[in-house]
Amino acid sequence: MSAGAHRISRSTPSSTAGLAVFGGLTVALATLPTWDPERTLQSPLVLVLIYLSLAQMWNLLAGFAGLVSIGQQMFVGVGVYALLTLAEDRGIDPYLSVGLAGLVAAVLSVPVALFAFRLKGGYFAIGTWVIAEVVRLLVIESDSLAGGDVRSLTRTSLGGYSRDARDDITYWLALGLAVGATAIVVLVLRSRLGLGLRAVRDSEDGARGLGVDVTRTRLVVWVLASFWTGATGAVILLHSPSARADSAFSVLRWTALVIFIAVIGGVGSSVGPILGVLVYWFIDEQLAEADTWRFIILGTVAAAMAVVAPKGLYGLLQQWRPVQFFPVRRRLVARDVPMEEPA
Amino acid sequence: MSWVNAAVQGVLLGGLFALFATGLSLAFGVMRFVNLAHGDLAILAAYLAVSTTATLDVDPFVSLLVVVPVMAVAGYLAQRFVFDRTIGPDPLPAILVTFGLGVVIQNLLLEHYSADSRGLDAGAIETRSIRLTDDVAVGWFPLLTLVCAVVVLVALQLVLSRTRAGRAFRATSDDPDTAQLMGIDDRSVHARVMAIAFATVALAGVFLGIRQTFGPAEGPTVLLVGFEAVVIGGLGSLWGTLVGGIVLGVAQAVGNQVDVRYDLLSGVLFGHLLFLAVLAFRPQGLFGRKGRA
Repeated sequence: MSAGAHRISRSTPSSTAGLAVFGGLTVALATLPTWDPERTLQSPLVLVLIYLSLAQMWNLLAGFAGLVSIGQQMFVGVGVYALLTLAEDRGIDPYLSVGLAGLVAAVLSVPVALFAFRLKGGYFAIGTWVIAEVVRLLVIESDSLAGGDVRSLTRTSLGGYSRDARDDITYWLALGLAVGATAIVVLVLRSRLGLGLRAVRDSEDGARGLGVDVTRTRLVVWVLASFWTGATGAVILLHSPSARADSAFSVLRWTALVIFIAVIGGVGSSVGPILGVLVYWFIDEQLAEADTWRFIILGTVAAAMAVVAPKGLYGLLQQWRPVQFFPVRRRLVARDVPMEEPA
Repeated sequence: MSWVNAAVQGVLLGGLFALFATGLSLAFGVMRFVNLAHGDLAILAAYLAVSTTATLDVDPFVSLLVVVPVMAVAGYLAQRFVFDRTIGPDPLPAILVTFGLGVVIQNLLLEHYSADSRGLDAGAIETRSIRLTDDVAVGWFPLLTLVCAVVVLVALQLVLSRTRAGRAFRATSDDPDTAQLMGIDDRSVHARVMAIAFATVALAGVFLGIRQTFGPAEGPTVLLVGFEAVVIGGLGSLWGTLVGGIVLGVAQAVGNQVDVRYDLLSGVLFGHLLFLAVLAFRPQGLFGRKGRA
């Protein structure tokens, strides 16, 4: 059989169906403000979508680039304080500032990488945590940022928008970030960059030998994830318009919970964080206000999963019935040729 | 307070930091294992001492006789039944399990003991000091902490270099596969190392609790300081860990002398910045061999 009789395909019937379901869901969620006027679903969903965005970015770093960061709260906090500075102090439109806040986080991530990339594995994790602490302490010490005090977005920056418009735009931004984060993971996986990442993940030396620029590949992903995490941080401030450095740079809220969500759903797949955030949502609904128990339950489940089911719920699902939700895996298929081999 | 005094207090504080770091350094040295719950375990030990002193009506120093063995057994079991299953070429499972454990410990402590600050009362030793000059005084308790750290590190060094168990530890560190061929049970080595790591961090936690008040959320601070001492000293070097702790202690004490907005924070910030400087200019640490990070 000639080579032309085969082609590389990424889509399967289930991935086509998966994309259709995902697209339909996105459209349904985007029009939510019109069919949920009381906002019974819309307001809790904002935080769920924010967590999905953060979890996908952590997943991209830890699951594909081998960068297990415990310093993501740094970029969330920088996004929060960038938005406060741009919108509140400089009078730039707050919604326009979300993208700028992401840019600030991306710019900061380059010098951070200069230090953190010298460490590997578990020490990289603690190293990013230290740097996040440094940034938090600097924000608290800074007179102009006043991170030690409670600061909020006030009428000066939000005055041009009605309350309803603000709620809707914040919701759409959160949705855009969550869907966009998922799309980034899928697109990165389909790209040459993703191929390089997976080669690095499986064997760093092997990938180097094949000509993958390991540091550059990791840096690109690191900066991209930092941008997205910073922009998400800005939306976190829009959602609850006051912050202190301790809450904006909280390792428990913006990194621990995010890690638990990603791990429970499944690190290293594009669908895992979606499953994880649904579990988080379900548990959160049962718990009302008990913050401690949320951490105890999700932390225990995540730690147990890491030992017994390292691929998370998505991995368990795959064991039970292998389905592909997104067209990311390359397969060799015959082109217009009967499947039976000639004798 | 003069600069000289700040430096002296920093050296003494460094003893505590070295105790924070010992277990991390040992576990990384022998089995490349990074325990992110290390700091929360120190705080857990301090709370165990609070409960022990209250229940048995004893001195915090006497409570060490309960807390340290309990923690050592916990370390042995944790390694044997949980941590060992995560050791492999991929560092992710170990990070996830220990990070999750740390968050769970922290929140269980919060749930059980509340967020109020606690302290351990060791009596007169806490306030007594030796006056060296008009400006410089050395507290008995900080001195005891430093001496303890040195004794622990000397003892560990002797165990590693002189005993059969230490030889097994070093062999497992150098080449686990060959060590196994020589009849060394690496799982047993790992469990014993983690028992020692938990015991030293328990000691550190109780000393921290005597030195100052503490709350359930302070575990990460202990972890970060211990980690910084390990990296500054050089990965895998126990003496480096002692020096790293002392250098970090001096940096924090001197940082506290600098007058900035929130002066309680500046010492910690100085310590972090020193760590970043070492990472930038001498990533192998002061006593580390090249290419081990």
